[in-house]
Amino acid sequence: MYRAQKWKALLVLLVLALSIWYILPSLRIYGMSEEEKAALSSEELEDLKEKALKLGLDLQGGMHLVLEVDKTDLEDKEAHDAVDRAIEIVRNRVDQFGVAEPLIQRQGESRIVVQLPGLLDPERAKALIGQTALLEFIIVKTADETRELLNRLDSFVAARVPAAVDTAQFPYFDPASPITSRMLTIEFGGVFFSERDVPDVQRFIAEAGADTLLPLDARLSWSAEDEQFQGRPGRVLYFLNKKTELTGAEVATARVAMDLDPDRPDAPGVLLSLTRGGATVFSRVTGANVGRQLAIVLDGKVFSPPVIRQKIPSGEASITGNFSDKEARDLAIVCRAGALPAPLSIIEERTVGPSLGQDSIEKGMKAVVVGSTLVLLFMLIYYRGSGFIAALALFLNIWIVLAVLSAFHATLTLPGIAGIVLTIGMCVDANILIFERIREELSTGKTVARSVESGYQRAFRTIFDSNLTTLIAAVVLFQFGTGPIKGFAVTLSIGIVANVFTAVFITRLIFDTIVSRRRLERLSI
Amino acid sequence: MFRLFGETSINFMGSRRYAYVVSAVLVVATIIALVVHGGPRLGIDFAGGTVIQVLLKPKQSADVVRDALAKADLGKAEIQSIGTEGGYLFRLKEGDVEGDAFVVVKEALQREVPDLGVDLRREETVGPKIGRELRGKAVWAVLWVLAGILVYVGWRYELTFALGAVIALFHDVFITLGFLSFMNIEISLPVVAALLTIGGYSINDTIVLFDRIREQRRLLRREQFDKIINISVNRVLNRTVLMSITTLLAVFSLLMLGGEVIYDFALTVFVGVIAGTYSSIYVASALALDIHGPEKRKIRR
Repeated sequence: MYRAQKWKALLVLLVLALSIWYILPSLRIYGMSEEEKAALSSEELEDLKEKALKLGLDLQGGMHLVLEVDKTDLEDKEAHDAVDRAIEIVRNRVDQFGVAEPLIQRQGESRIVVQLPGLLDPERAKALIGQTALLEFIIVKTADETRELLNRLDSFVAARVPAAVDTAQFPYFDPASPITSRMLTIEFGGVFFSERDVPDVQRFIAEAGADTLLPLDARLSWSAEDEQFQGRPGRVLYFLNKKTELTGAEVATARVAMDLDPDRPDAPGVLLSLTRGGATVFSRVTGANVGRQLAIVLDGKVFSPPVIRQKIPSGEASITGNFSDKEARDLAIVCRAGALPAPLSIIEERTVGPSLGQDSIEKGMKAVVVGSTLVLLFMLIYYRGSGFIAALALFLNIWIVLAVLSAFHATLTLPGIAGIVLTIGMCVDANILIFERIREELSTGKTVARSVESGYQRAFRTIFDSNLTTLIAAVVLFQFGTGPIKGFAVTLSIGIVANVFTAVFITRLIFDTIVSRRRLERLSI
Repeated sequence: MFRLFGETSINFMGSRRYAYVVSAVLVVATIIALVVHGGPRLGIDFAGGTVIQVLLKPKQSADVVRDALAKADLGKAEIQSIGTEGGYLFRLKEGDVEGDAFVVVKEALQREVPDLGVDLRREETVGPKIGRELRGKAVWAVLWVLAGILVYVGWRYELTFALGAVIALFHDVFITLGFLSFMNIEISLPVVAALLTIGGYSINDTIVLFDRIREQRRLLRREQFDKIINISVNRVLNRTVLMSITTLLAVFSLLMLGGEVIYDFALTVFVGVIAGTYSSIYVASALALDIHGPEKRKIRR
């Protein structure tokens, strides 16, 4: 008996230690001020965020969209691809919002779920995401043309952008040539800027209205993905012709293929097939521009700037380069983006403003604290000393629920908080059942130890049955639920399981320890 | 030792006919409420449409807001004032508005009151297709919960008990639905979650009582069935009432402090818990008694 207790105590301690381990990151990150967060390195912060309890969109504010790809005009084979293309298009657009952790996911056969946490401008997001994709093939300026344009931009910006640039942070910054002093290299018409310079350059161009200065036949486009130059991450600003040579409508298909580059047979590339009309144009364009770059631009972002090696009369072009399998696949998807237009429509939208999210957290937490305090007070008044043990069980229950949520990287939603409140009710119910039983046993004249033992024994089956039926409801709810409702089902389910552990196992251990050590004659219950 | 009730011996089963009348009245009232309102009032989750919640700074009277929307050809929008700080909720049906609903509403309000601050708190749009799907899912969820519970309770107890328990569950959910209809509260996703939770609670409460009845039947083989039920109800009376009090305390704090988003959910659970407590005694046990008959029978395990 005594030995068994030791093992049980060890188990309880182990569970508690684990739960503390899982909750600590959440306590740290949500307890930190912005300055303290800034003091951490980005890896440390990422790591902490990864481990901490995530807040649902209804608590942190943000936008949840369900998009449907209209496939009515497509054949079966094209239809499956249509969703892949749509996802690529949406990802490309979502990147423009600078949302920290966007989620873009295929759902079922023809739907895409997009979650944008902390988004401040939902109207713009919807307008952008709902657009039809525009794929263009555009000739890139030569390096000389680009240098000349850069010089003009520089003198224009230098005259207008105030010299309020922190030169301590950018020692190489030259106010006389604000843009060129930042660039790292020019390759054809692509100007490379390192990551930290990109926002400033964007600001210079936009604020000064420098793009209006460009000659009528030129335009600017940023690279869609992060690029590398000598190991430094950054983005490329492309100087393109104004004229669009071809659009996605002229692409018949595009697929990943091997063996395109005789020098590197194993490297993946993209094989692009054009329509008959497209082939004629392509033949002329490639013939006139051998040695120059032809940028593949989707929604104004340059995805790839392949160099034209020779005139291509057949309408079959191969794009080769230093691609990974995934990059080649993505590029093929991008090339097909404009080929078979499958309209996207928003069929469900849920946006929660950040102010309401903050409100919901505060109010939800207040409800949890006040609710559990009321229940605890009630238990203490009604059951005295034993009520204290029930209170401990209740506290541990909430604690374990939060730990399990963190451990499984689950998301806490407002209905999830409601689930915790209901768990409070369930938890004390188990203790009430047990305590009432013990009281009954005591009133028949049994000793304290015997009463505790048979009280637990008799109550257990009831507790098991009643919790199991609630679990049935919670599991069905999980299957049925979307988003926040799932959060409710999850917390309720975890709460029920944790409840049996805290309200039955732990309290029993405490009772047994007290009763056997002290040889109690009377029990405060 | 502090107790709510001492050794009670209330004849619950003797008064069950009155309880049947009460339940019948509630059920009929529910049917009337539902018929009068043309079925349960479905929120946008199930009917499709748009809900926009805004905070107006400075706050405006409902008349101003209504005028502004009427002038912008949005007279069909339902307007509800939320809280005391200038919060408003607008409900629009599919097709009521061209373009982006929030932008349209915001412009309509600002045309009426220039420089009005219109803060978006929440915007939800559900297309008719998703609405239909969610409706189907909700119905299936309710059926699965009922089936799951019926199977489990039928396996653990005699079938008469299982029937009583499931009818009680149905009774609780139905009456709560009637309450919602009477109060003109929308059936949204959280409310459906609340209804399923009530189902779980109702069964939970019933099972505690049934367990005690089963135990007493084994101990008191010679007693009449109705007397056994009475003894059992009196024995668990403390627990039943205590449990309701603690759950209601927790749900009440959610209701009062949880904020507007969770209010309907909390209210639904609150009403359901009261119904669930009552129905364990007066519907589940009473029906088990009437289906089973009052005579002594051999106990089947």
